[in-house]
Amino acid sequence: MKPLRRAPLFLAPSPYRRRRLRDAARILPVAGVLLMILPMLWTPAGDGNRRLSGDVIWFFLTWAGLILTAAVFAPGLARPEDKWPGEGPAGGKGDEDED
Amino acid sequence: MGTGQSRRVLLIEDEPNIAEAIVFILSRDGWEVTHIADGAAAPEAARRLDPALVILDHMLPGMSGLEILIALRADPLTAAVPVLMLTAKGLPRDREAAERAGASRFMTKPFSNAGILAEVRALTGGGTDAAAGQR
Amino acid sequence: MSFNLLVASCLAYVIFLFAVAFLVERRSGAGRPGWLRSPLIYTLSLSIYCTAWTFYGAVGYAARSGLEFLTIYLGPTLVFIGWWWILRKLVHIGRQQRVTSIADLISSRFGKSNSLGVIVTLMAIVAVTPYIALQLQSVVLAFDVFARAAPAAEARPAGGQIAIWVAAGLALFTILFGTRNLDAKEQHTGIVTAIAVEAVVKLVALIAVGVFVIWGLSGGVSGIIARIDASSLHDWQLQPGRWTALIFLAGVAVICLPRMFQVIVVENSDDGQLARASWAFPAYLMAMSLFIVPIAVLGIERLPEGANPDMFVLTLPLAEGQGGLAMLAFLGGFSSATSMVIVEAIALATMVSNHIVIPTWLRLRRSGAISEDVRSLVLNARRLSIGIVLALGYGYYRVSGGSGALAAIGLISFVGVAQFLPAMMGGIFWRGATRTGALLGLITGFAAWAYCLFLPSFGAGAFIPAHVMEQGPWGISWLRPEALFGTDMSDPLVHALFWSLLLNSAVFCIGSILSFPGPVERLQSAAFVNVFEGPVGPQRWAQGAAEPEALLVMTQRIMGEEDAQILFETAARAQGKSESMLPDPTPAFLASLEEKLAGSIGAATAHAMISKLVGRDTVTVEDLMVVARESAQLMEHSAQLEEQREELARTATALREANDKLTTLSVQKDAFLSQVSHELRTPMTSIRAFSEILAEGDLPPATVARSGGIIRDEAVRLTRLLDDLLDLSVLESGKVQLSVSLVSVRDMIERAILATEKIKPGRDIAFIRDTTAETIWMRTDADRLTQVFINLIANARKYCDSSHPAIRIAVRVRGGRVRIDVADNGKGIPKASQPVVFEKFWRLPGEARASGAGLGLAICREIVTNLGGTIDYLPGQGGAAFRVALPLRIGEGGGA
Repeated sequence: MKPLRRAPLFLAPSPYRRRRLRDAARILPVAGVLLMILPMLWTPAGDGNRRLSGDVIWFFLTWAGLILTAAVFAPGLARPEDKWPGEGPAGGKGDEDED
Repeated sequence: MGTGQSRRVLLIEDEPNIAEAIVFILSRDGWEVTHIADGAAAPEAARRLDPALVILDHMLPGMSGLEILIALRADPLTAAVPVLMLTAKGLPRDREAAERAGASRFMTKPFSNAGILAEVRALTGGGTDAAAGQR
Repeated sequence: MSFNLLVASCLAYVIFLFAVAFLVERRSGAGRPGWLRSPLIYTLSLSIYCTAWTFYGAVGYAARSGLEFLTIYLGPTLVFIGWWWILRKLVHIGRQQRVTSIADLISSRFGKSNSLGVIVTLMAIVAVTPYIALQLQSVVLAFDVFARAAPAAEARPAGGQIAIWVAAGLALFTILFGTRNLDAKEQHTGIVTAIAVEAVVKLVALIAVGVFVIWGLSGGVSGIIARIDASSLHDWQLQPGRWTALIFLAGVAVICLPRMFQVIVVENSDDGQLARASWAFPAYLMAMSLFIVPIAVLGIERLPEGANPDMFVLTLPLAEGQGGLAMLAFLGGFSSATSMVIVEAIALATMVSNHIVIPTWLRLRRSGAISEDVRSLVLNARRLSIGIVLALGYGYYRVSGGSGALAAIGLISFVGVAQFLPAMMGGIFWRGATRTGALLGLITGFAAWAYCLFLPSFGAGAFIPAHVMEQGPWGISWLRPEALFGTDMSDPLVHALFWSLLLNSAVFCIGSILSFPGPVERLQSAAFVNVFEGPVGPQRWAQGAAEPEALLVMTQRIMGEEDAQILFETAARAQGKSESMLPDPTPAFLASLEEKLAGSIGAATAHAMISKLVGRDTVTVEDLMVVARESAQLMEHSAQLEEQREELARTATALREANDKLTTLSVQKDAFLSQVSHELRTPMTSIRAFSEILAEGDLPPATVARSGGIIRDEAVRLTRLLDDLLDLSVLESGKVQLSVSLVSVRDMIERAILATEKIKPGRDIAFIRDTTAETIWMRTDADRLTQVFINLIANARKYCDSSHPAIRIAVRVRGGRVRIDVADNGKGIPKASQPVVFEKFWRLPGEARASGAGLGLAICREIVTNLGGTIDYLPGQGGAAFRVALPLRIGEGGGA
């Protein structure tokens, strides 16, 4: 019966927030890739303008930032799916059809 | 022989004109005819009158001729009385049903006056002689 | 620092791990897994990503290539924080399909193809063996470091000897704990916990060394920053191509490495574990890499020129006289090596036994039933496989002679396992991916990897002649291993990664598009790609010829006696049988059994074994097609039979109905004839009797007159009866000629009242009429309709038994139809008779026949029907009441 039933067009605030959380969780690694390859555009360290320790600090700070963000997202994402009104009990159906 | 015997005839017939004709014919022959039109009253009348003969129409309002016949035959007082059945329906089925129920004779309408008179005499035994003598 | 002490502490450490694993197994066997399934243990077990290569090699990598070592950790970090994309789906599929290894995943996805399983297994062994050798090498090197530092008087075993002892010890440990239970989905709790302990040990060790380096040697954070900027590492330059490629490669490896697949997917039990690991595992990786740069910087600064940077973690504390710290670091490295080897060996052994050993054995025993003890066979196959894997690792170590930097060997392995990526990602995201495509893609990618990276890594001339490396085979320069198609990337690793994955993906896609998947494959593709839409539930088994006893015997041999008994009892109960009976081999039961067995011996093998018992040696796609075709034919045939049967039933019903109709008609005809006969004979009887009386003559004049009167009346009655009968027959036949004219209802009613005046002339009957309402003109047959009114009014005059009889006539126009009600105030018609008032020869009960033949209302109905209207008896009007409804213009306003 589930595949036949249309998902509601508009969601209650809480499911809505959770969907946006999933969007954010999907964007996070993309942002991570951009941050991690960003130094490719910098002038090489040791040219006098920049120092290697700056690079080290940059990588570890962005790394820590990514980990913290993921840690903030994780509890919301891990919650069971079947609490969602208007969605099937089999996990994550609703977000698949968004793709 | 006919002296001790009843000359009473009970006629059960709902068509007034037919009843009038039969009453006329039999009365002329010396029979004492009692006519009733309502079938439902027939068994009681038969017990009361103790007739020598019952002339019974097949189709009657209130109670059908066959039902009256069965009732007469079931009553010890009237079980032996001869019954002449008249019917306007010419189907053999009706004749058989009437004979099974105990009708003595069965006549189909229309009948001849002489014919019905002969039947009445035959059914009442020596009535023929008496009637002939009267004549 | 005594070498013997080192060996002793190693042994003590191993015994400690052994005890941990043993206690945990006992505890989980008692049914209290509790914290064992916790996200923390799961996350720590993922740390086997950090092998001895990481522990020792990362420092060396940093000393040689600056910050490039970070890529090895950044790749997995990005994959884990992006777990919603891939890992979540993989884990769901793994749980739903009871996947036992990466080879099982790929073979299961592509129609349970065993050939794919074999290929993936072989590729994994080839790609991972150098990696295992790398672990052995690191342990040997570490021992060597201590041996050199130890007094020369002590006996020092040779490197090879150490390696063989380590390999043998690890094999023993793995066999003891990795092959205790068979269902891979029952998961190796003991081993996983031991690995979690090792994860803590290596992290603590590395952090301890790092803390010593920063605060013990460099004078705090500011000091180390100054030293970093002053060090030779400062010359490092980020190479964009290599940087991106390595991040990508590490991200791929964390999914595709057999041991990582084992801990991420196979050992996973719920989403919560993965959600926690999504940030905790990157955090672990960051902690592991936090002190790499300081250690490398200090190592370069303090240690003599030519010291192996891969061993800085050990040599730096040793050189500073920190024997205890060095010991801890050694145990950390030892932990990294052993945990990696154990899990890798289990993962590979599962693949080898499920995809190579057991299928081969099944093929060899093709004819017979499965009567041997499969359980012990599987276990032995797995033990043997563990031995083989470690022997191969040792062999590679001996052959390569411990050559090359640790990091280089690790990266070669990474590129090798990355070849699984297209088949895996295509398998879980693309319904159209087929077995042919996967097979060709894997072989192509693997060949490219071997040709461009793996074989050249043994050194020019070892496998590939130097002139081929230089000029290409047969002098074809665009086939040079390190510059395919003339692309000289100056970096063999990036070059090999690029070409192998490109060719792999291209062949995979083209092969998938051009080939056509079989039924099993299509079912599996749906189950994998749409994993979040619930199980697709392929009904893989027909109610089979399998004997439940044989199934039980087989299951016992695979799962063990007790588990099998429980499984069968549960199934029997589910089928409504008592537990002492065996369940029927229903399709549902066979499917669940296959799923259970798949956890032990892999999906393809379980399928093959059940196939054997169900009566087919191997279920091929063709077999399934045949079955499908047969069942389709069978269904068609039975549908035809069903149709014929229905046809027969329909015919029989029609015949019966026709017979009933004929019987009814015949009965009706008999009844009608009998009625007509009666109605004709009755007046005839009177006529004959009185005419005979008259014929006798000699009668009083009064009698003559009366007789004549009766004769005339009866003759009239007879004529009327004949008229009625003829009328009725004409009306019923529908061939009545209507003479339509414009008439007023009022006129017709007045004519009818006049015509019936002679009936019971002595009675005074009141007519209640509304002459204004009656003044309605309608186009109809006036004579016929007047006849209807005459019959109705005559009936009312005759039968109304009220002491003040009255006839009410009401006329009303409603929607193009005229409604005329004729009602009297008598006692009406008994309810039982109301439905039959319009039947022929119906009379009021008890009414004398002279009054009519009982055809009046029947004639009324026929006339009204012929005039396009209806006539009904109206109950509840106080007396007898009839309603005639007619169209204003005949032929309009709808018929009866």
